[in-house]
Amino acid sequence: MANKISITVNGKMHTAEVEARTLLVDFIREHLSLTGTHIGCDTSSCGACTIHMDGKAIKSCTVLAVQADGSELTTVEGLSKNGELHPMQEGFREEHGLQCGFCTPGMMMAATDLLKRNPSPSEHEIREALEGNFCRCTGYHNIVKSIQYAAGKMNGATA
Amino acid sequence: MIPNTFEYKRAGSVEEAIGMLGGDAQILGGGHSLIPALKLRLNAPGALVDISKITSLQSINDNEKSITVGAGVTHAAIASDAVLAEHCPMMGQAACEIGDIQVRNMGTIGGSIAHADPAADWPAVLLATDANVIIQSSGGKRTVDIDQFFKGFYETALEEGEIITSISIPKTAFNRHSTYVKFKQPASRFALVGCAAAVEMDGGIVKSARIGLTGVAESAYRPMSVESALTGKPLNAETIDAAVQNVTEGVSVMSDHYASEKYRTHLAHVFVKRALKNLI
Ligand SMILES: Cc1cc2nc3c(=O)[nH]c(=O)nc-3n(C[C@H](O)[C@H](O)[C@H](O)COP(=O)(O)OP(=O)(O)OC[C@H]3O[C@@H](n4cnc5c(N)ncnc54)[C@H](O)[C@@H]3O)c2cc1C
Ligand code: FES
Ligand code: FES
Repeated sequence: MANKISITVNGKMHTAEVEARTLLVDFIREHLSLTGTHIGCDTSSCGACTIHMDGKAIKSCTVLAVQADGSELTTVEGLSKNGELHPMQEGFREEHGLQCGFCTPGMMMAATDLLKRNPSPSEHEIREALEGNFCRCTGYHNIVKSIQYAAGKMNGATA
Repeated sequence: MIPNTFEYKRAGSVEEAIGMLGGDAQILGGGHSLIPALKLRLNAPGALVDISKITSLQSINDNEKSITVGAGVTHAAIASDAVLAEHCPMMGQAACEIGDIQVRNMGTIGGSIAHADPAADWPAVLLATDANVIIQSSGGKRTVDIDQFFKGFYETALEEGEIITSISIPKTAFNRHSTYVKFKQPASRFALVGCAAAVEMDGGIVKSARIGLTGVAESAYRPMSVESALTGKPLNAETIDAAVQNVTEGVSVMSDHYASEKYRTHLAHVFVKRALKNLI
């Protein structure tokens, strides 16, 4: 049975008809063609599908599209503004925070969520906040440095 | 992985949700136990009644003698709640050890105890708090003592058509002096063993103790022999070591490829000791 949903994604409202069983990640990738949000494990473990729903990091492979009806979502495509990289994206580029890039969108969404709650996290706090995100190639060292770079830049910008 | 088809109904109030239940409809809380099960097709309800948008289920209320935690309060909201941190520190400590931040932003305390996973954290913590579970159905409201709530492997006192609306945590001396420690299964972060301990002290002597253990048996339980062995004694390394001797008495200890029965039993001893030593 089709369900009508309205979801704001990266500031733009989308209305669609979906089956109740459609996963939010599939709605984002297949219906909206926003393929930056990845599916790594499909079992809520790897964090590659992390997006923000109403300002909070969630795993979109474990949420139904109908649950997000009326919500505001941000995906990795929503990070950059006016063609300028978000400090987090810049950090991952500058500090070599990625190799294959598969985990990167989820990492950046988890990391921007952390900086919203805690603008100046310690290294330990960064590592804890990435508990739900796996990287199978870069190793976490450069990812942590990328997030520290972003935190420094974002704090500089608001100071 | 795609679940079987089902109908989706969003409830605006508890009364509306109760009206929507019936047949093969099932409650959807945060979905972080149910959706994985639907994806694996371990479960195929005809309809899901989404209670996650019911605002009356989402508050933490500070009453004179208790704190009422709405069934729809997320683990993340409990982790950062100042009233619970003051009156029942083991709640916040357990909340921030659940899964990861993404899971904590979706999963709810009501969903967790309704699901009653043998390795979930809340059952152990709530047993130690001496909580009451408030339940509503078309027949009205009832209150279940937490000691009567968990019935076995994924089994609770909940009947068909019932919704947990809140959990009431008494403001007691033992809850103010409480702690939660956990040995995580490294992949899932569920508890291989988790121990909640709450102890009321009176002039250096244990007046009362409540302990909840999860991950050990098919359902969370209170190791009563440990509680009674401590009562009336000072709390120190010797009394604790002596008290934990029979921590798995009366339960059948689980065994799987992460932890054999022997290893789990060992962990149960170690983690009950650690929890109690935190309270010295
Ligand atoms: C990757 C991952 C890691 C996790 N790690 C941990 C962990 O370390 N420790 C831990 O304890 N848990 C862990 N969990 C489980 C998590 O805490 C779940 O959120 C929780 O077990 C279920 O809560 P929910 O709100 O998501 O319930 P749902 O999944 O929506 O529902 C679960 C069950 O409860 C019923 N239900 C829901 N709400 C109510 C209600 N108010 N009244 C009556 N019945 C209701 C549903 O019908 C269903 O049967 C993890 C989950 C994931 C995906
Ligand atoms: S794809 Fe969602 S957590 Fe791995
Ligand atoms: S960069 Fe390849 S998985 Fe992280």
